[in-house]
Amino acid sequence: MDSNEAYSLIDADGQPRSKFTCALSDDELKRCFESMLSVRSFDDICIKLQRGGRIGFSIPNTGVEATQVGAAAALRDGDHIFPSYRDFGMALHKGVAAVEMFHNMFGNGRDAAQGRQMPVHFSFVEPVHFFSISSPIGTHIPQAVGAAHAFTMRGESHAALASFGDGGTSSCGFHSGLNFAAVMKAPVVFLCQNNGWAISCPSSRQTGSESYAIKAKAYGMPGIKVDGNDVLAVHQVVSEALERARSGEGPTLVEAETYRMGGHSTSDDPSKYVPKEILDHWAALDPIKRLRGYLESRDLWAQEWEDELVARLSAEHAAAAKEAEAEAPPGLETIFSDVFESLPDHLRKQGEAVFDLARRKGDAAAGEGAFPL
Amino acid sequence: MANLTLIQAVNDGLKAAMRDDPTTLVFGEDVGPKGGVFLATEGLTAEFGEERCFDTPLSEDGIIGTAIGMAANGLRPIAEIQFQDFIFPAFDQIVSEAAKLRYRSGGQYTAPMVIRTPYGGGIRGGLYHSQSGEAYFSHTPGLKVVIPSTPHDAKGLLIAAINDPDPVLFMEPKALYRSVKGEVPEGSYTVELSTLRTVREGKDVTVFCYGAMVPVVERAAATAAESGIECNIVDLRTLMPLDEEGVLEAAKSTGRVVTVHEAPRFCGYGAEISAMIAENVIEYMEAPIRRVTGFDTPFPNTLEHHYLPDERRVLDAIEAVHSF
Repeated sequence: MDSNEAYSLIDADGQPRSKFTCALSDDELKRCFESMLSVRSFDDICIKLQRGGRIGFSIPNTGVEATQVGAAAALRDGDHIFPSYRDFGMALHKGVAAVEMFHNMFGNGRDAAQGRQMPVHFSFVEPVHFFSISSPIGTHIPQAVGAAHAFTMRGESHAALASFGDGGTSSCGFHSGLNFAAVMKAPVVFLCQNNGWAISCPSSRQTGSESYAIKAKAYGMPGIKVDGNDVLAVHQVVSEALERARSGEGPTLVEAETYRMGGHSTSDDPSKYVPKEILDHWAALDPIKRLRGYLESRDLWAQEWEDELVARLSAEHAAAAKEAEAEAPPGLETIFSDVFESLPDHLRKQGEAVFDLARRKGDAAAGEGAFPL
Repeated sequence: MANLTLIQAVNDGLKAAMRDDPTTLVFGEDVGPKGGVFLATEGLTAEFGEERCFDTPLSEDGIIGTAIGMAANGLRPIAEIQFQDFIFPAFDQIVSEAAKLRYRSGGQYTAPMVIRTPYGGGIRGGLYHSQSGEAYFSHTPGLKVVIPSTPHDAKGLLIAAINDPDPVLFMEPKALYRSVKGEVPEGSYTVELSTLRTVREGKDVTVFCYGAMVPVVERAAATAAESGIECNIVDLRTLMPLDEEGVLEAAKSTGRVVTVHEAPRFCGYGAEISAMIAENVIEYMEAPIRRVTGFDTPFPNTLEHHYLPDERRVLDAIEAVHSF
């Protein structure tokens, strides 16, 4: 595969560009379609919740569903995902319950992280290792390499998938991660989701390189560019990269060309900097439309089936959001727990002082601050 | 018991931990066949193989980043940062990642790992081989900070740090690597973290110190004793989490306190000790608390002996708080 030509299996209408054997079963294909609809449904509800002032923040994933779902579909049980904050499609596809995600969106007491993180900064160990998300860019890339090396040390055939955006390739973590992985021959796949933007900065502001995939060459690993809105192509390319990893051949860099159709976040107004004609171009390449066309050509799609799916997902997500919203916030003591495994004296004292003050002067009032990014 | 230097004790501790726990591994720059620039990891590759003691690319960010991933996935990494002055490319990984991982995931992911690094002056290392950055790291919630001052403690605290479920920055006073020797038990043993060591008992002045300043303070105290001033010397050993009760008790016992560190003064560790005493037991104080520190300048090379607190400066402070 040529690193400058994006590998693609289906065209804008979902028709095969040339004859190929689909690696995904009929059920898996339909499941991918459902997951992509699920991402969009989850996105829609989160944006509405944010606009309604019920959650503070969300990160839209609309437009990049095929990259996330195609990559997630390529993973096997036991593989670890090291995600960026725009990757929740992977969690949904691997079976994380929407309500678990909404516990994080609302930062309630059933959130695994006890509301300590902003919305969309998920962390799961079941049903998939979806590593705790950090806001700083690229820090998780060398961490994925370390986790992958642990598989090697134990003689396990699992792999790690590190996912990041085009902006992430400018981080020191990208360089150190790829460099370490190549030297250590770590079983890791680097997935660069080139979605066109790093907040408001276009790809041309991230690199002078002719592509992101080509950077792999200098690190000493294969670099493959794939059509990120073609879920079948993403699945195939990531599967092959994972296979290389598992067989001890080392890491691969995959650049998925896709497009962020929404803002960076709910606090961002992309109309200020995204040209409309580019959005129109990418809207015509919508990943859901393309998979729908492919499924239809295989007699695996019907309008009623999709309508039923959309209605069910929408109802499920609305119910999950409602359930999460009704949960109590985390207990005050969770400010001080999980700093260390056991509570040191100075944190115990600081916690006791908080409770003592609340008894004497009443509870602290929540601020009205809105997140600017 | 063997009579070992501090660096030999570190090496002995690494070997003991690696023999006890097959998930431990040591890596960093030049730690493999060469055995590290100070020889802390000498013989590890020979005994444990390249899988468990290996050289990495020259990237502190990469060393700590990969260590976090290993720790989160079941290994016990012991990473070496060649000089503490070189740790700052990894500051993000230490502060934003290792230290926060347990908190931000509600304990779903943790980073039980040790970062060993030589710190401090006294070897004519200039700006970039001499710094004492403990204040940056003690200010970081979720990170433990340990500094030994004797061979016995170096080995025992190191093994305790390796066994600890949280990330530990283990700062080794390189000025003491070969200048102190002491009895070190064979095999594995631990010195509990967050415990103080009383170096010398005395009723007149309490001196808090750690790392390479401990022998300096001991010499000053010996001289002070000649003129009848008995110092109570406390080696803090673990800066975070600190045994605060122990510090307050030691301060109360004399009512006169000096803190000593080679790091710069402003927002230095001595300021925290001083504030802690002022907030909690000021009524026991008979004199203002004095800090003996490095200067608020970069670390000089030729004149490092003026920068580093020495016996004269410590003695001067002891006499000042005693005669107040």
